Amino acid sequence: MTRLGSWIGKHLMLTLGILVLLYMYIPNFIVALMSFNDSSESRNLYQFQSFTWDNWLNPCAPQGMCESLRVSISIGLLATLGATIIGTLAAFALVRHRFEGRSTMNLVLFLPMATPEIVMGSSLLALFVAAGFGGQLGFWTILIAHIMFCISFVVVTVRSRLAGLDSNLEKAASDLYANEWQTFWRITFPLVFPGILSAALLAFSLSFDDFIITNLNSGTTVTFPMFVWGAAQRGVPMQVNVIGTLMFLVALAIVIGGEVANRRRAKGRAAAL
Amino acid sequence: MEALQRVFGKNAAYYLIGPAAIWLAVFFLFPMLSLLTTSLSDPATGSPINGYTLTWRVQNYVEALGDYWPYMMRSLLYAGIATILCLVLGYVLAYAIAFKAGRWKTVMLVLVIAPFFTSFLVRTLSWKLILADNGFIVNTLQTLHILGEDGRLLATPFAVIMGLTYNFLPFTILPLYTSLEKIDPKLNEAAADLYASPFQRFTKVIWPLSLPGVVGGTLLTFIPATGDYINASLLGSPNTQMVGNKIQQLFTTAGDYPHAAALSVILMVIIVGMVLVYVRRAGTEELL
Repeated sequence: MTRLGSWIGKHLMLTLGILVLLYMYIPNFIVALMSFNDSSESRNLYQFQSFTWDNWLNPCAPQGMCESLRVSISIGLLATLGATIIGTLAAFALVRHRFEGRSTMNLVLFLPMATPEIVMGSSLLALFVAAGFGGQLGFWTILIAHIMFCISFVVVTVRSRLAGLDSNLEKAASDLYANEWQTFWRITFPLVFPGILSAALLAFSLSFDDFIITNLNSGTTVTFPMFVWGAAQRGVPMQVNVIGTLMFLVALAIVIGGEVANRRRAKGRAAAL
Repeated sequence: MEALQRVFGKNAAYYLIGPAAIWLAVFFLFPMLSLLTTSLSDPATGSPINGYTLTWRVQNYVEALGDYWPYMMRSLLYAGIATILCLVLGYVLAYAIAFKAGRWKTVMLVLVIAPFFTSFLVRTLSWKLILADNGFIVNTLQTLHILGEDGRLLATPFAVIMGLTYNFLPFTILPLYTSLEKIDPKLNEAAADLYASPFQRFTKVIWPLSLPGVVGGTLLTFIPATGDYINASLLGSPNTQMVGNKIQQLFTTAGDYPHAAALSVILMVIIVGMVLVYVRRAGTEELL
């Protein structure tokens, strides 16, 4: 105990930092715990009753939940694809080119990040209604909205990766008689790729998690967050916690897997040298 | 990139930026205009299905502000307090990761982002359980007489502000970390060599150099927190509703688009006003 005490004294800031991190994990811990809650006995859904595997064995038991999950995943994947392509192209233009309107474009890309979601969502709804699409809100209007608010985040992520790139590597390639396409596909693209990948991951999580903008532009289509919202008025089925925990584990596996692959590649490169 | 230049000529940049420019113009800038015209339309002559016609009805703004200014003030107050709390908590963690984590830096950074992936609605709902009336925290506080016999945390401003702080904390941490990480530890050591106390080192060296992160982080927290209505809905009561709740209700259940749009525009104007003051100090490039 005294050793722990002196460690804490010596590393005060680190200890406080870890405490903040623990605070950030309280809800995740509760969500994981509640995914094993047997709620069939009682109507009080905000208290742990007894342990069960049932929620994990029948995750799709609540009516409509897995359909909403499917909708969210399809929109998430399509929005990620669209926003990543559009955003990556824009990032290349902003870092590698000087063109008229560049600073205006920087501002336009910054604005969606500085606008409250409720304003963005409601303005898009106002547009759809004004254009006569008020009766056709659904999958496609949600997708359009998600691509819109993901683009800026993709640009920021890819741009910082691209700006930190050592241009000497590209010069070296052309010194070694690589033509422009070869240089791009064999040097530039592989180096920027991790940035594109993390941008795509960010875009998917933003799209998958969005509620405010989606809720305004969804018509009768129900995404997973909207299902949770609707269920919250009556009492959330415990399976929602299963999905929450599962998403967390899958994302963690992707991030850790990427990191391990990165280190292995770096090691391999070092060995090759 | 010269290859692209050869194929497309001098306009390569415009082909690359084009899709983003068009998408944002059509689905972000144009809707903002549409919101503006809706906010100046007569609520009586149009409907959400058939649309509205512009009648320059400035009265909408007067009515929206007259009816809902307490919600606006509450939003700014709650978001302001949450932003300050986020700054304190976020600074501690960002500082620890940047200077004290050693080889655990990447792991800790991943751990900051990871909770994001459990849907934030699900996480916010779990606070309902943590702060519940017969829950562990409330019981402990009652035993310690910090909270009265029938005192509660849920459905109070405390719960809403706590929820906002929790939900937007990562938005404060990441920009803070980015700017703290850039600081050369040698500067701190140099200050120590010159007999600066730890407190002086922080106020004269670390804090000024981290200001871009402070500005960026607080903005990325304050802006979404002001417009948020999820925390107020799930953790609050009718007495803690924020302006986002009202805008949402006007748009969905009430179907009164002109007043909802006017309220949105007012919110946006207040926020842009505040952002401009900040941006003057830091510059947009720094914020991104």
